[in-house]
Amino acid sequence: MSDDNPSTGAGGSPGADGVQLPEPAVRPDVRAAAMRPVLETPRWWWPTVLVLGAIVILGIVAWVVQVVDGLGVAGYNNQAFWAVYEADLVAFIGVSYGGAVVSAILRLTKATWRAPLTRIAEATALVTLPVGMLFIIPHLGSPWRIWELVWPPYWNLSSPILWDFFAVSTYLLATAVFFYLPLIPDLKIAQQWLDPDRRGLRARTCRRLYRVLGGNWDGSAPQRRLLHGAIGLVAIMIIPMAVSVHSVLSFAFASSSRAGYAETIFPVYFVVAALYTGVALVVLSVAACRRLWHLEAFIHPRHFVRLGFVMIAFGAVYLYLTFTEYLVDGYSGTTDDAAWVRQVLVGHYWIPFWFYFVAAGVVPLLIMAIRRTRSAKGVLVASGLVVFAMWVKRLVIVIPPATEPLVRSPLAASGVLAGSWGSYHFTWVPISITVAATAAIPLLMLVVFRFVPILPIFEMEEADAEEPARTAAAPAPPPAPALAGQGVGTFSAATRSSPLPDMGSGPPPTLGGANLAHGTPPCSGGVTATGGSW
Amino acid sequence: MREVKRGVSQEEAQQHEPGCQIGQVPVTVGRRGFLRGAALGGLGLAASGVLGGTLGTAPSSSAASAAGNAPAKAVHQWAMVIDLRNCNGCKLCTTACQTAHYLHEDQTWINVFTMQNAAGESYYMPRPCMMCEDPPCVPVCPVKANFRTEDGLTLVDQSRCIGTRICMNACPYQARYFNWRAPRPAPRQPFPQEPAWPVPQVEGTVGKCVDCAAMLPSGKLPECVSHCPMGVLYLGDLETDVAVNGLGNTVELSQFLADNDAVTFKESYGTHPRVFYIPGHGQALDTDAADG
Ligand code: SF4
Repeated sequence: MSDDNPSTGAGGSPGADGVQLPEPAVRPDVRAAAMRPVLETPRWWWPTVLVLGAIVILGIVAWVVQVVDGLGVAGYNNQAFWAVYEADLVAFIGVSYGGAVVSAILRLTKATWRAPLTRIAEATALVTLPVGMLFIIPHLGSPWRIWELVWPPYWNLSSPILWDFFAVSTYLLATAVFFYLPLIPDLKIAQQWLDPDRRGLRARTCRRLYRVLGGNWDGSAPQRRLLHGAIGLVAIMIIPMAVSVHSVLSFAFASSSRAGYAETIFPVYFVVAALYTGVALVVLSVAACRRLWHLEAFIHPRHFVRLGFVMIAFGAVYLYLTFTEYLVDGYSGTTDDAAWVRQVLVGHYWIPFWFYFVAAGVVPLLIMAIRRTRSAKGVLVASGLVVFAMWVKRLVIVIPPATEPLVRSPLAASGVLAGSWGSYHFTWVPISITVAATAAIPLLMLVVFRFVPILPIFEMEEADAEEPARTAAAPAPPPAPALAGQGVGTFSAATRSSPLPDMGSGPPPTLGGANLAHGTPPCSGGVTATGGSW
Repeated sequence: MREVKRGVSQEEAQQHEPGCQIGQVPVTVGRRGFLRGAALGGLGLAASGVLGGTLGTAPSSSAASAAGNAPAKAVHQWAMVIDLRNCNGCKLCTTACQTAHYLHEDQTWINVFTMQNAAGESYYMPRPCMMCEDPPCVPVCPVKANFRTEDGLTLVDQSRCIGTRICMNACPYQARYFNWRAPRPAPRQPFPQEPAWPVPQVEGTVGKCVDCAAMLPSGKLPECVSHCPMGVLYLGDLETDVAVNGLGNTVELSQFLADNDAVTFKESYGTHPRVFYIPGHGQALDTDAADG
C-alpha cells in the first residue's frame, strides 16, 4: 500500500466517476489535513492497532470463559444481581451523547466554532454506542437466547428492557444517519483526493465506499438546501431520541420498588450524566485526534475550553441532582432509603462515592473556575477524571441498591437493621471485558478514520465562506488564550441569530464554487500560531 | 420425595386429565400444561386424604367432589399460611426444598430470615415466593418468561428466560435466585423439566419457589410444607377455603386467618401476596429458645 499523498492543492481534479466538482479554490490544507489519516499510515498506526486489538481479544476470551463457567465468575451473586455490566451499559451508552451535543445542540444553537469538531464527535458517538450496546451480551445470563429480543412473538411490551432495546436501536440508527449526512459532500471530495493509481484492498474499499455512499452529490444549490434541511431535521430529532434513550435506560432501574432505584429523579439524572460524560469523551477523542493527526491548525485550545464550559454546565447540574437525591432520601428517614444512603455516604461504598464527588464533582468545577487552570490542558485533565469517575459513579448507582437486604425487621431496635448487605466482588472477567470495551473505542476510531475524512471539509469550508462578514467587523481577533474566557460570550452571540439552521428557509446558498471561493482561513478568529503549544 | 397422601384415586385422575387447560395471566400462547388434572387435583383432596389417612376420619367429600365435576377451569387458588408462633428456625423447609429441587446452597427458595421485633426478641420468618396476585416480576420480563397461572402461581419458563435479572430487581421479597453456575446434577425426575417442576435448574436463568406446582394436582403438599416438623407452613386453597400443614392439621382458611389476625408481608407494595403470616415470635413453642 503506497503512502503517497497527492500534492496539496490538487483537489480539483475530476473524480474517478467523472463528476465535475466545483473547483475548490479554498486553502487546501483543510482537505489535506482531513484526508491525511486516510492517505498516510504513520509509524505508530499498526503497533497501536495491534495493542488495542490484543486488549479487545483478551476481553472476548474473558467473555468466553464467562459463558462456559456461568455469570458467577464475574463476581455476581444473589445479593448482587446487577453490578458492573449494567454500570458499563449505562456508562458506555452515555459517552455516546457527546456526538449529539456537539453536533446537534451546538448546531442548533449555531455555534460555528464547533465545525472542526463535529466529525470526530459524531464518529465517537457512532463507535461508542454499539460498544455500549454490546454490553447487553455479557449482561445476559443466557446470551445464546438473545435472538428472543428481536423475535416479536416473545416481546413483552410492558418490559422496560424492551423499551431500552427499541430506544437504543432507534438512536443507533439516528446516530448513523447523523454521521452519514454531513459526510456525503466530503465523500466526493475524498474521492478526488484518493490517487486513482493507488492499489491495495483499502484503496479499493475506499473507492467503492466513496462511490456508493457519496451518491450523486454535485454540490448544486438544491442539493445543498436538501442536505441542510435533512441535517437540521435529524439534529432536531436526535435530541429527543438521546433523551429518551437514557430515560428509558433509567426506567429499567427506577420502575421497581427497590430503595435507591425507585427514584423519580433517575431519568433526568441519567440523561445529564450521559451528556456530561459524552462531552468529556469528545474532549478526549478530539485531543487524541489532534495530536495524532496534527490538526493543530484547525483545533485550537479555545475549542477545548469551550467544550469544557459545556461539560461543566452538565457537571454542575449532575452534582446538584446527586445532592438532591441523597438529601431527600437520607432526610426522609424511611428505613430502606436511609439505609442505602448511609451505605453510600459512610458505609460500604463510601470510597467510590467520595471518589466521584472529588474527581467528577468538585475538581472539574474548580478547574473551570480558576483562571489559571482554565486551559486546554486543564480541560483535558478534567475530562479524563470525569469519564473515569462517572463510571465509578454508575457503579455506586447500580450496586448498593442491588445488594440491599429487602427482608428485614421494620421494628428492629434502633440503629440495627436485621438482614445483611450483600456485596459484589470484582473479578478479572468483568475488568477485562470493560477494559476491552474501552480499548475498542480508539481502535474503532482509528479504523473509521482510515476511511472517512477526519474533518468535516464541506462544513468547515461553508463556515469559512460565511465567516468574512463577521471577521471583517472585528478585524483583530484576540489571541487564543484570551479567548478562553470569552467562550461563553461567543457562544451566546451565535445563539442569538436563529434558533434553527436554515432548513430551506434562508437565502438559498450559492453554487458550491462561488461559495467556496473565499480564501479565508478555515478556522477564523484567533488562528494565531498556537498549534500544539498546549 | 415424601408424599403426604395420595388424595386422588387413579380412576378419578384419569377421568379428568384430558380436559385440563393451562391457565395463565398474562396471556401467552403455547404455555405448557403443568397442572394436569387441575379440575380435580389438589388441596381439597389432599386435605381429605390427610384427614382420612392421618387422623382416621372419613374424608370430607364436599369440596373434592364438587371440584371433580367442574368444567375444565382452574378451581384452585393456591395460598400459603405461615404461622410464625411455631417457627423454631430449624430450616428443614429450606433443606427439603433444596434437596427436592437440586439447588445450590445459596438458592434458598424458601429462606428463613432471623428477624427482630420491637421488644428486641428475635424470631424466624420463612419466606417462600409470595405468589403475588399482582406480581411485579411478571410485567418486567422482556420475553414473557414469567407468567401467572390461573390458579394463582407465578412461574418461570426456564426454556425462555434470557437472564436479564430485572425480575430479581422487581421482586420486593428477594424471592428470586439466579443460576450463576451450572446447576446441581439431578437424576431422572417424575416430571419433565417444566415451569411447574424446574428440576434440574438451567444455568443462566432465574429460578424461584414454585409451590411445588407439579405435585399439587396429585394431592401432594409442597416439600417445605410436608417437611416442617412444627406445622408452621400450611398450603391453602382460597377457592375451597381449606389449608393443611405437614402435621395433618386442616383448618378453614378464612376463619383461621381471621381468628389469628393474619397479615401479608409488605402490604403497601400492592403485590397482594398469597402468603399469609400469622404474627408471632415462636411463643407457641415449649422452649423460649426463639427469644432474643
Ligand atoms: S414474591 Fe417475588 S417472585 Fe414471587 S410472585 Fe411476588 S414478585 Fe414474583
